[in-house]
Amino acid sequence: MSEAVVKLENINITFKQKKQIINAVKNVSLEILDGDIYGIVGYSGAGKSTLVRTINLLQEPTSGKVSIDGLTIFDDAKKINTSQLRQQRQNIGMIFQHFNLFEEYTVEQNVAFALRHTKNEKQKLLKPSEISNRVSELLDLVGLSDRATNYPSQLSGGQKQRVAIARALANNPKVLISDEATSALDPKTTQQILQLLQDLNKKLGVTIVLITHEMDVVKEIANKVAVMQDGEIIERGTTLEIFANPHEDLTKEFINVATGVDDAIEKIKHQNAVQNLKSNQKLVELAYKGDSTDEPVLNQIYDKYNVVANILFGNIEILNNTPIGSLIVILSGTKNNLKNAEKELEQNGVVVNVIKEGKVSD
Amino acid sequence: MINFIKENLPNVYQLGLFGDQGWLTAIGQTLYMTFWGAIFGGFLGLVTGLILVITDTNGIKENKVVNFILDKIVSVFRALPFIILLVLVTPLTRSIFHVGIGVNAALVPLSLSVWPFYARQVQVALTETGNGKIEAALASGATFWDLIGLYLKESRSELIRVSTVSLISLVGLTAMAGAIGAGGIGTTAIVMGYQRYYNDVTLLATAIVLLIVLIIQFSGDKLAKHYNHK
Ligand SMILES: Nc1ncnc2c1ncn2[C@@H]1O[C@H](COP(=O)(O)OP(=O)(O)OP(=O)(O)O)[C@@H](O)[C@H]1O
Ligand SMILES: [Mg+2]
Repeated sequence: MSEAVVKLENINITFKQKKQIINAVKNVSLEILDGDIYGIVGYSGAGKSTLVRTINLLQEPTSGKVSIDGLTIFDDAKKINTSQLRQQRQNIGMIFQHFNLFEEYTVEQNVAFALRHTKNEKQKLLKPSEISNRVSELLDLVGLSDRATNYPSQLSGGQKQRVAIARALANNPKVLISDEATSALDPKTTQQILQLLQDLNKKLGVTIVLITHEMDVVKEIANKVAVMQDGEIIERGTTLEIFANPHEDLTKEFINVATGVDDAIEKIKHQNAVQNLKSNQKLVELAYKGDSTDEPVLNQIYDKYNVVANILFGNIEILNNTPIGSLIVILSGTKNNLKNAEKELEQNGVVVNVIKEGKVSD
Repeated sequence: MINFIKENLPNVYQLGLFGDQGWLTAIGQTLYMTFWGAIFGGFLGLVTGLILVITDTNGIKENKVVNFILDKIVSVFRALPFIILLVLVTPLTRSIFHVGIGVNAALVPLSLSVWPFYARQVQVALTETGNGKIEAALASGATFWDLIGLYLKESRSELIRVSTVSLISLVGLTAMAGAIGAGGIGTTAIVMGYQRYYNDVTLLATAIVLLIVLIIQFSGDKLAKHYNHK
């Protein structure tokens, strides 16, 4: 059984400014299990960074409890002492949107910085030779061995983030926090960094907390996801559950952007067939997961109810080896049959979302 | 060469090299005041600049009271014209060196004048390091002194640049201190050049100060560039 590596309980964070009080995080509880890649999605200002920075106490909660790997490091304004906190922080790596590398330190010095207070098996501080061995190991891990003596300004964005990852992993942390780590990178480099994070998760078993405003990133590597809005987690679950059956409007919005359905709907709305939808027609989005993909449900509704489905757009995502599909179709049939067909679809695990109904005045 | 100087710059020649009023003596005094003024004032300024940054809001040792008080002191001392400071601290100087003015006595007002000027510039240079790097360091388990080291190393090039500026302004201040008798090129220029209308002396004194300033500027620029990897 997996254990909670990160446990946040009833976290509240308020900022007092001159005139106003900002409730950046409101009573959030979150459990992240060993080996998870946990995505946290939300728009700018939702409170993602503020929440996640409590994990290493870069941000102290106003109230609530933070436990890492079973150890409570913060409990209603009582926290562990400074040297214990520093020890804990070695256990929690963090990478950032703007990399935050030290510009006057070479690549190897950047990584070595995190090893200054690291102890070896004999509980002694690492010797310079041990540090340099560990640094080479880490640079190897992120594929930058040949850049050890470069300065950050000599590297590309993707390479900088690799150095930051090596630095964050220097002390074999249990948790790696990634705060928008790919937001400043181009799509291809983003893919490579996400791939690297996924590999590290598999290879080292490091638990990853992945903050992002793109569901795309979550889809790529996260096994769980929480959606944040106005300081609260409004929806959470496995990536599969959330993609297959989102409940909140915001979640649907994020997913539709990620799958391209949003774009498709916009384009489809301009098509003639859709502009002049007839009274016996409906424009619907069908979302389905897993086995229903293989079932010829659309044939079924034709055979049973004589409802014709004209497919305008189709998209299938494979998440954790499970296909998640999305179709935009025009259904044509008599009013009653249309109703029955919708029922039939829903019984087969397909979520039907009506986008537009034909004019009655036909 | 000697003959040329004798004929065309008689007063310059007359001052000689090593005597009480000799050129090398004067240059030595100017460098002496600049050097020790920079050491004392520079050290105070660096420490003050550092404290201002780390006690600032969201600093690594946030402390509003210390920050407020130190900030005000620096502002007040910066606002004082050097010549006033010179007169103001004479009693203090007398108690330390038992003389009112001279190369050693001048070090007190010189250091006190460089200190707030340098502190402000250090503050700006250090602030440029940015919270992101400090956060990354904290997240990796850095201690207070690790962070101080990081601040200094990250802003090394900028610190050299502002040190160059401060050093040059210090050379100017030594000349002013010289004007009221502290010694150095400033004294030579005022006492010999200005008060006795020895224009050749004024010219050479100017050239020497200019040369000192240029050497400082050139080495400062070189060093700053060498240490900049941004
Ligand atoms: N130190 C602070 N002082 C005052 N308000 C703050 C502070 N830090 C964050 N906030 C406020 O808290 C809210 C949440 O900010 P936060 O940075 O956590 O959002 P985010 O979800 O990470 O957004 P982004 O995607 O832009 O990074 C915002 O309204 C922000 O203005
Ligand atoms: Mg953020």
